[in-house]
Order: sequence, then C-alpha cells, then structure tokens
Amino acid sequence: MSLYTAETRRLTKRRFTRFFLIGVVLLLGAIAAGMFLTNHKNTPEVVAAAQAKADREFQQAVVQAEAERKACEAQAQPGNDCSQMWTPTREEFQAQWYMPPTFNFRKNFGDMVTTLAAILAMAAFVIGASFVGAEWSSGGMMNLLLWRPQRLTVLNTKLAALLAVLTAVTVLLSAVWTGVFALVANLRGTFGGMTSGAWQSILLMELRGLVIVLAAGALGFGLASIGRHTAVAMGVAIGVVVVLQAGLGTVLAMAQVKYLEMYLAPTWIAAWMNKSVELVDYNAPCVGAGGTCEQPTLTLTWGMAGVGLVAVLALVVGTAMWTLRKRDIT
Amino acid sequence: MSAVLEIQGLQKTYRSRKGVRRALDGFDMVVEAGQVHGFLGPNGSGKTTTLRTLLGLIRPNGGRMAILGREVPQSLPEVAGSVGAIVESPQFFGNFSARDTLSLLADAGGVERVRVDEVLELVGLRDRAGDRVKTYSLGMKQRLAVASALLKNPRLLILDEPANGLDPGGIREMRTLMRTLAESGMTVVLSSHILGEIQLICDSVTIIAAGRRVAAGAVTDVLAQHATSSVRVRLESASDLTASAGALRELGAQVVVEHDHLMVSGLAQPSAITRALAAREVYVAELSPVSVDLESVFLELTGTAPVAGEHRQVDQTVMAQAGPAQGGWGQ
Repeated sequence: MSLYTAETRRLTKRRFTRFFLIGVVLLLGAIAAGMFLTNHKNTPEVVAAAQAKADREFQQAVVQAEAERKACEAQAQPGNDCSQMWTPTREEFQAQWYMPPTFNFRKNFGDMVTTLAAILAMAAFVIGASFVGAEWSSGGMMNLLLWRPQRLTVLNTKLAALLAVLTAVTVLLSAVWTGVFALVANLRGTFGGMTSGAWQSILLMELRGLVIVLAAGALGFGLASIGRHTAVAMGVAIGVVVVLQAGLGTVLAMAQVKYLEMYLAPTWIAAWMNKSVELVDYNAPCVGAGGTCEQPTLTLTWGMAGVGLVAVLALVVGTAMWTLRKRDIT
Repeated sequence: MSAVLEIQGLQKTYRSRKGVRRALDGFDMVVEAGQVHGFLGPNGSGKTTTLRTLLGLIRPNGGRMAILGREVPQSLPEVAGSVGAIVESPQFFGNFSARDTLSLLADAGGVERVRVDEVLELVGLRDRAGDRVKTYSLGMKQRLAVASALLKNPRLLILDEPANGLDPGGIREMRTLMRTLAESGMTVVLSSHILGEIQLICDSVTIIAAGRRVAAGAVTDVLAQHATSSVRVRLESASDLTASAGALRELGAQVVVEHDHLMVSGLAQPSAITRALAAREVYVAELSPVSVDLESVFLELTGTAPVAGEHRQVDQTVMAQAGPAQGGWGQ
C-alpha cells in the first residue's frame, strides 16, 4: 500500500501530468465555449421567422419552377418531357432548415461524449507513457527497484496508480462535461426527451469512454515500459497513425479491399463508443428488388471491438511485464 | 566476525553479435560485518556488474551470493530493507526537489518521513532540499544519492564511486561519514578509483580484474603481500652509479640504474650495500626503503600501469593478456 501511495503521489506531483491536464481542460473549455456560441435557442420568434422564410423560399421556388416549365413547353422539342421537371413541394422547405443551429442534448450529446473520450484517451496515452518512460530514462526506476526489488509488483503498482488517477480524472471531467452541456442545452438548445432510458444510454456511453481512456493509458504505459523510454511509445503511436492508418487505408482502397474500414482503428473505436458500426461494400454490385440499390453490409459491434481491445492490451501490457521480468536493468 | 556479504564463483556472460564477453568469471568476495571494504578494479573489470547482480538488477549465469546470511536474489525482498545502495552515477528525476525525491522513496520503502530531514542534514543538503534536482551540481547529486542510500538506516551500505564530483572538502566529509557509519556498526562497501581515499578509510579490500578477484584481504595484508624489499640508493657522485651497480650485482642483488640513483632489491640486509660500496670508496648519500602504496599494488595486480608510447585499451589487463576467455568482445 505504501508503494501505491508513493506512486500516486509521484504521478500527481509531476509537472508534466499537471500541465497536460490543464491543457486538456482548456481544450475542453474551448470546445464547450464554441458549442455555446454557435448554438441558439429556438424561441417562438425564431421559429416564426424561420417559418416565414421557408414559406417565402417555397413560393419563390414554385414561381421559378412554373416559369421554367413554361419556357420548356414553349421550346417543345422531341424527347423533352416538360411534365417530368422538378416541382417544389412543401416538405422540401421545412422551417427547421432556416433556424440557427440548436443543441439538442438527446441527439447531440453522444458526439460530445466521444469527443471527450478521444481527447482524454490521447492525454492518458501520453501521461501513461511519460509516467514510466521518464522514470526509466532518469534512473528513477532503478532507484525504486533497489528499494523494492520485486519488479512485477513495482510495475503493476505503478500501472494501478496510473489507472486509478485516470479513472478519477475521467469520472470528474465526465460529470463536469455532462453538466456543462446540460447547461448549453438549456440555454442554447433543448433538453427535451431525456427519459431515464436516455440517461442510462449516456451513462453507458460515458463508461465505454472511460474504458477507452484507461486502455489508452495502459497502452502508453506498456509501450514505454517495453522500450524503457517515453519516445518509444510516442514513436509507435505516430507509426501506427501514419503507416498503419493512413498508409494502410490508401493501399487497401487502391486494392479495392472489401470493408476496408474494418482494418482501421477509428472504425473499431466508433463501434465501441456507438455500440455498432455498419460498413457498406461500395465495390459490390447493387442487388435489390425493384431497381433499388442494396449493397452488402457488415456490422461491427461493441462486443467485437471489446475483444480486440482486450487482445491488444493483453499483448502490450503482457509483453511489458515479461520484458521487465526477463531483461537485465543496466 | 560474521560475513555480511558473500559472493562465490559469480559468473555473468553477455552475448551479442560481436561475440561473447565474460563480465564476471568466477568472482569471489567476502565482506565482514562492521568493516569499510574497498572494492577496486579498472574500468570494465566487472565492479558495477557485480554490484548490480548483487542488488538484483542483473541476472547472473552462475555462482552464489548472500547478503546478511540470506541467499540472494531469492531473499532480496526480505533483506532489501537492510541494504542501502547507489550504483554508478546518481540519477534522479530532475523536476523533483531533493526532499520530494527522498520522501517518495521513504513512502515506497515504508520509512518514516522524519528520516528524510535527518539524512538531508547528514549529507549537507538541508538548505537546498527544496530546490529542484536539475539545478544541482554533480557533487550535490552525489550527496543526494548517498542520502537516499542512508534513508533506510541500512546494515549494509553499498556505494559506487561516492566521491565522484565532490570537492576536496566534500571528499573529506564523505571519508569522515564512512568512518562514523562503520563505527556505529554499519558495514560499508565502497567502490572507488580514488585509491588514496580507499587506503585511508578502508579496513579491507577486494581487487577485481577481468571479472576475477586478483587480491583480497585487510589493506595492510594486501600491501604487505606486494611489498618489495627495494631500497633507493643515492651516491655522493652520480658518475659512480654504473660501477656501483656492477659491484652490487656481484653480491646477487637486482639493480636498476636510474638517472640519479639506484633501485636495489634482492639483498637481505641493506647494510650489505653500504659495506660493499664503502669497500670501493664509494659513499652513500641516501639509503631509503621504497614503501608500497595501494595504487602501485593495484596497477601491478591489474596490469594497468601506463607504459610510455602505448595506449592501453579498456579491456587490456594483465589477466586479459594471460589466457583465453578472460573477457573482451569476441573472446
């Protein structure tokens, strides 16, 4: 327990941890402020003005369409079917399209949860990598092992301290984030339709976000531990993004691989966060009754994404433990 | 006296694409309780590898080690609380202060925080304890390293080059501290290249070369074993040196003619020199025994004495030259 306390203190005392978290909070604040400023509440006056504008546009479109149809009939030529020309309908001029953007908590907050999870996951990766990487490169790890010559206990305790701090930070920021956007919805949108089921769905999504944050922290920690330097984890992260994501995506697209998004990490993260993602094979021929185009689809579920996440984590963290156990510390 | 530290037949082999290097080749070492023990060896001889292996940082390929009567590395977690150590240059997280660094170690090791201020006072860092370590000089970092090793109030203190970077006053303070600790019952193992310091403060020494022990025992015994019976003979007239050397050789002595004196050995009684030279009407101006010091013994045993016109390489020791598989890449 004393080691756990010491490691928690060490992590929270580090200036890098503090500055990075302050940066994250500032970034989140900027996003929330941006959402507040770009959204507006739909008051009866705003709705009436939008309705009037929609009506006006509809009338103008009707007049213009009628004029074009008459012009078409005047220049009647074989093969011209003027009756097939576009005729505006009322549904094509809805008032809501003439309103300023408004924040609908039930519809839009899910995207905000994903945004929060993505930003916190990035921070968790860097903080996790730096926490153990800086210890290795500064010699602190060796000092610690002279005091506690139980390598796996030391590494596991460090990881536990990291995950505990990340959990606390994520839960706190998630609560604040939810509160801030509830306020944005009240002031600049709508909070309607928030049933207990809707709240439960948001809570579960935030929990899945927490898992992503913890996984990212553990991955950064594991990679830096294997390489015994923060830069190794950062290098792997950059390599994965540049080579495996951008490069692989381009190559697979050129090869017209079926469901190429399946090979890219963001697809799996989206499947995890949104419970499922449907991929469409756009290279396949259309097969559908009555002339409709129905291309084959593949659905990735959060369960499948979870298994993949556990496999990657087990590989990286397991390798980190194994190398610490086996390798000399020089 | 009981042995606080025992090493028998310790072996460590490094393999790489360049070949196999035996860093430790059956090394032995014994340190008795309450001693200040010097651990000496040229660069690359295996000192730091020995200490790292003893402290569980490196896995040995063979041999046996025990600290405070317990086999290590198996029992290291149990004895770690009684062993304070610094290995090689002191390394600390630069953005933490000395007090933070030590209090985190105290927390990790279950040591009371009050001990932090005690050791800071002991090593002379009290007034700079709140400063970030990256602002410290090498000597101050060295003091902090010693403080971290003392934090546990250990029964066995292992210090690798503790005087590195210290100013002359700091070296003297360190020497006094070592003696005080030993007098309080602590056993101190000191690895250093400052042989004069070792000779001054150590009760016993182990000398390592090419991964093997080449000498061990009380400092006085090691010096006595390698003392020569040479005497320096200076004559009234330097022009008599060559003739006098011939006369002494007739008595069975080994004589080396230097530019203004003779080095004579192999005679049981120095009086034979004066008698033989006086018989030739050559008179002695100075006749003094040549005392041996730890440095000369070290250089002799490890074969690392500089030779004019040669550039000795790191692995080039008397043992490395003696036979195969004594260390060095590719052997």
